[in-house]
Amino acid sequence: MSRLLALVVTALLALTACSGSSAQSGPKSLRMTVWTANEAHLKLLNEIASEYKASHPDVTEIKFDSIPADGYTTTLTTQIAGGNAPDLAWVLEESAPDFVSSGALAPIRAKVEKADELVPSATKLWEKDGELYAYPFSTSPFGLFVNTDLVKELPATWEEAVAASAGKNLVLPDFKYQNWAVLSAIWRGWGANAWSDDGKQCGFASTEMKDAMTFVHKAIFTDKAIPGPGTTVDFFAGNAAMAVSQISRAGALKDAKFGWTLVPLPKGPKGDYAVIGQAGVGVLKRSKNAEAAADFLGFFTNAANSAKLAQFFPPVRQSLLNADTLAKSNPLIKPEQLQSVVIDGISKGVVKPSHQGQEELNQTIRAALDPLWKPDANVSQVLDGVCAKIKPLLERQ
Amino acid sequence: MTFWTCRRRDNLIGYLFVAPALLGSLAFVLIPLAMVGWYSLNEWNVLGGTFEFIGGENYKQLLNDEKLRDSLVATAWFAAGLVVLNLSLALLLAVLLNQKLRGTTLFRTLFFSPVLVSLVAWTLVWQLMLQPEGSVNGLLGVFGVDGPNWLRGDTTAMVSVIVVQVIKNVGLNMVLFLAALQGVPAPLYEAAKIDGAGAWRRFRSITIPLISPTILLTSIITIVGSLQVFAQIAVLTQGGPGTSTTVLIYYLYQQAFQFHHFGYGATISVLLFVIVAALTLLQWQMRRKWVLHES
Repeated sequence: MSRLLALVVTALLALTACSGSSAQSGPKSLRMTVWTANEAHLKLLNEIASEYKASHPDVTEIKFDSIPADGYTTTLTTQIAGGNAPDLAWVLEESAPDFVSSGALAPIRAKVEKADELVPSATKLWEKDGELYAYPFSTSPFGLFVNTDLVKELPATWEEAVAASAGKNLVLPDFKYQNWAVLSAIWRGWGANAWSDDGKQCGFASTEMKDAMTFVHKAIFTDKAIPGPGTTVDFFAGNAAMAVSQISRAGALKDAKFGWTLVPLPKGPKGDYAVIGQAGVGVLKRSKNAEAAADFLGFFTNAANSAKLAQFFPPVRQSLLNADTLAKSNPLIKPEQLQSVVIDGISKGVVKPSHQGQEELNQTIRAALDPLWKPDANVSQVLDGVCAKIKPLLERQ
Repeated sequence: MTFWTCRRRDNLIGYLFVAPALLGSLAFVLIPLAMVGWYSLNEWNVLGGTFEFIGGENYKQLLNDEKLRDSLVATAWFAAGLVVLNLSLALLLAVLLNQKLRGTTLFRTLFFSPVLVSLVAWTLVWQLMLQPEGSVNGLLGVFGVDGPNWLRGDTTAMVSVIVVQVIKNVGLNMVLFLAALQGVPAPLYEAAKIDGAGAWRRFRSITIPLISPTILLTSIITIVGSLQVFAQIAVLTQGGPGTSTTVLIYYLYQQAFQFHHFGYGATISVLLFVIVAALTLLQWQMRRKWVLHES
């Protein structure tokens, strides 16, 4: 009986496979959009792809298509709109809610090797109704890089950090007075958040947020620690005392001509905390080769390849999240730093703010926060204004 | 009676001659234009892959969109500032460089050369120059002036975008004006001089009327161009600070390509099309009033 059933099921599967309008038989070529153009990154990606092709002769080509990080999501959605969607795509954490909820991505849990060992805090953003829609291949905690030539004593609190870098620059490389979400690396220390967990209530007008932003404003305009709007200071060239950045940036310090170290984010009034930035890789549902793409994704993220990728992209597999394994691929960072910044960071961290319709929120908040970046700004009034602007957007979801 | 009469054959040959251009504009202008109109009647979710007919909903949203109003105001300021500054500067330069003096060729080349520079490269260089510690403020510092943070102030950002664009393109209008000025017959000036007309009077009563067809042409080109400015905004201010430099095209880009509201984006392009068409038509109608040989 069971054999008969198996036969019927196989026949049905074969039938659906043939009649499926989108499935393509014969040689397949896969394209994955990525935002890195770093040679070392691409070399590793191509190595993994070659290995996969060797064991899967039906896949003739796996192409990594580098799109500049600036405007990455815009380019990706334009490709999708133009009917030229890639088979696989890296997705930024801030676009995750849009991609996951819209149904643009295909479910992949079944293809992921040992999916149970993925750290739950890292997969949360990429799940819907218990299904996984993208693999969080890079989960990178924010830490404080310190130039030890300029700063002798490592700061434990934000007050100390700002005091120590007054006139010597505490930089947030990706902020640029545009990407306000980077500031969450600071304001989480005050217990503030951009919006409530369910995404419906605005958090900018809260007391915690006002205290945190008053601190940031003072650090910019009074203490002269954070460089003002329009001023670019490069920590990685040795021009700043400290930088709030993601661990994945440590590679830029390979040939640094100055002493540096990496410590967890300083404590805020609310104590210890961690913030992580994330990137997932998903399979586009509309890809003609979605099945093959999901299969490759399974291979790309299996334990062995995750270990290789770990040298650039911090992994989310429990089995790899120990200082010894990470130390092998991160020679620049000491094991105790890996433990305190990376491992503890990933397990207790909260992901940078993300919401459905993130890009519209981004632009609206960016515009509403602009009046804050002036010496005489009224912090409380500006933040109330942010909530007034984004309230309709939060309620729309 | 044969079918291929001479007349018919001539017509066919004529159609064949225009066919390439006609097919080109059909494929790349008329069809896309019609499609934009069609998209504007739909809600298009790119990520989810849904495309749903919603009739006039997008147009209703157009009427209630506060941000759209802000961007129309920004567009009006930008267009007005650009057109006035560009045309008057171009005319001034053309008159100055129309003199028979040594070195005018060099100056003509200098003022025209920005037109040939890649727009994005030009804008990126200006972005660096306009930083708080950039060379513009450095130059002002020489004269003891403490320059502002150009791209971060509400007014200075708009002024910066306009000036960067004017310097980029003023050379083109200048060349057009120069050509027109050189077409003004010298005897007219001589006759006016004998009648006792001063320099200003000659300029107003002879030069302006005689070059008025060129003024019409340059003003149409400049106004249409000013409504289509995009790269400068995208590079210099990204529409900020606040929404002070979010001109219509940039707002359209945000809605369609950043916020994924392709249907609404298409609706804004229809609005832009109507505005450009209306302005051009208006200028065309007004030409009878002030352009020579047109009344």
